[in-house]
Amino acid sequence: MSENLTAISYLVAAIFFILALKGLSHPESARRGNFFGITGMIIAIVTTLYNPNVLSYEIIILGILIGGGIGTFIALKIQMTALPQLVAAFHSLVGLAAVFVAASALYSPESYSIVDLDGRIYLSSLIEMSIGVVIGAITFTGSIVAFLKLQGLVSGAPTIFFGQHFLNLLVVLFIISLVVFFAVDVSKETFWIIVLTSLILGILIIIPIGGADMPVVVSMLNSYSGWAAAGIGFTLSNQLLIIVGSLVGASGAILSYIMCKGMNRSFISVILGGFGVDEGSNVVDKIENRSVKTGSPEDAAFIMSNASNVIIVPGYGMAVAQAQHALREMCDILKKNGVGVKYAIHPVAGRMPGHMNVLLAEATVPYDEVFELEEINSEFSNTDAVFVIGANDITNPAAKTDKSSPIYGMPILDVENAGTVLFVKRSMASGYAGVDNELFFRDNTMMLFSDAKKMVENIIKSLD
Amino acid sequence: MENIDPVINLLMIFVLSCIIGYYVIWGVTSALHSPLMAVTNAISSVIIVGAIIAAGPEKINFSSLMGFFSIILASINIFGGFVVSHRMLSMFKKKTKKDSK
Repeated sequence: MSENLTAISYLVAAIFFILALKGLSHPESARRGNFFGITGMIIAIVTTLYNPNVLSYEIIILGILIGGGIGTFIALKIQMTALPQLVAAFHSLVGLAAVFVAASALYSPESYSIVDLDGRIYLSSLIEMSIGVVIGAITFTGSIVAFLKLQGLVSGAPTIFFGQHFLNLLVVLFIISLVVFFAVDVSKETFWIIVLTSLILGILIIIPIGGADMPVVVSMLNSYSGWAAAGIGFTLSNQLLIIVGSLVGASGAILSYIMCKGMNRSFISVILGGFGVDEGSNVVDKIENRSVKTGSPEDAAFIMSNASNVIIVPGYGMAVAQAQHALREMCDILKKNGVGVKYAIHPVAGRMPGHMNVLLAEATVPYDEVFELEEINSEFSNTDAVFVIGANDITNPAAKTDKSSPIYGMPILDVENAGTVLFVKRSMASGYAGVDNELFFRDNTMMLFSDAKKMVENIIKSLD
Repeated sequence: MENIDPVINLLMIFVLSCIIGYYVIWGVTSALHSPLMAVTNAISSVIIVGAIIAAGPEKINFSSLMGFFSIILASINIFGGFVVSHRMLSMFKKKTKKDSK
């Protein structure tokens, strides 16, 4: 296949990828979009197989079959609650693949025609290769740390030590000087030292970031995996890789921005990490000995079945307890009794962007009953009862009133305006931000202490 | 214009793609942000294109071995990403007949 034809095919593939992303603007068109994405990928792979330098088809097909088998198996088995971990793990693979491809370009540059007549690799390719490999290596270890935190294999709490930011800065400067050195001496040893240092940097960047900031981290790593692909695209002078890499990079960056805005935190402060370690303690003392009103499942069932409308506010706790199916069942009974039911989702509910929407969809909640913060926030004042399940910080009015609170300025769901607020929680423990919630002590609040799933099941029993 | 460095051409593609990405992604509804991540994850594994070229030569050496491993890694992502986003997307449904009863 001539180079021109290859370039045209890559262009067609790129258009399919753009259409795939465009399809996600609405649930109706999204499935078609996914097939556009698959089509684009098939075009890209088949076109590359026609490259005159590609001869060993057996080994390539074998690789695709092995990887495809593993990927499909994992994707079919995975529970929707474990989605954030899965995505983090997938990101790490893109990062590692980028490192491998860069290494192979260094060891046999002639395959990619990035050498001059004397057999030396172009200076621009060397620099692009280093950038690609640095981002790839950071993505790899960073995603692994994120995966371990999300899976609960290491503590989700931020790991902070003295001089952390200074150390990170030193490592970054060290990598930059290594890249300069590599561009001059083109030694394989320098290349591997760059890889190793970047792997360490990936760990250092993610360990100080706490559990509540995970949506930002997952989006950020999403973005990095795109930039890594784009970096490799520059190295190999491959336009398709550059186009797709920048699409993915932009996507991850925008998601990070939306998540940061959902918490009213600057991107820099998330990266510097340490959310929810030092601020919480003093707030707890202030309200420790105040009493709360607790209720039984029967009380909750009574309140909700006598309400004319109820808004459900789910949070990560619902996902942990796997309560989404029971919750939908409860809402079905309420709807049958003539109660209007809606769901309100905060931008940072869950552990990755859109996580709650997927869990509710899994429990067959129709997507037109699920509303975003801006759409539904004004309706709380006309609502008889709010059922908050596994969420805390995203309803805390301190975000509006208490300037000293670490969550001050974060947009919240105004559940306080509703007639009655029902909180399903396991205990009085504060949320991830380590802040107590003033709402628990209000007269129109009723606390339902229990595991989320058990509580919902008991409410269903009393409703029957 | 003939004497433009090829890197500048690539840079033009890069910048314009970032701009396209910016506008397309803002159009994605926030309910579908999780499938978006799965799809972008799958398509960023288009890096398999580089891996195939690396694994391409007939004689097996360090480079082609690296290529083979990255084909496996990228394929896990491509299949995994598309399958899991398909699973997610097929769960998003409008109100069912149940409500019209």
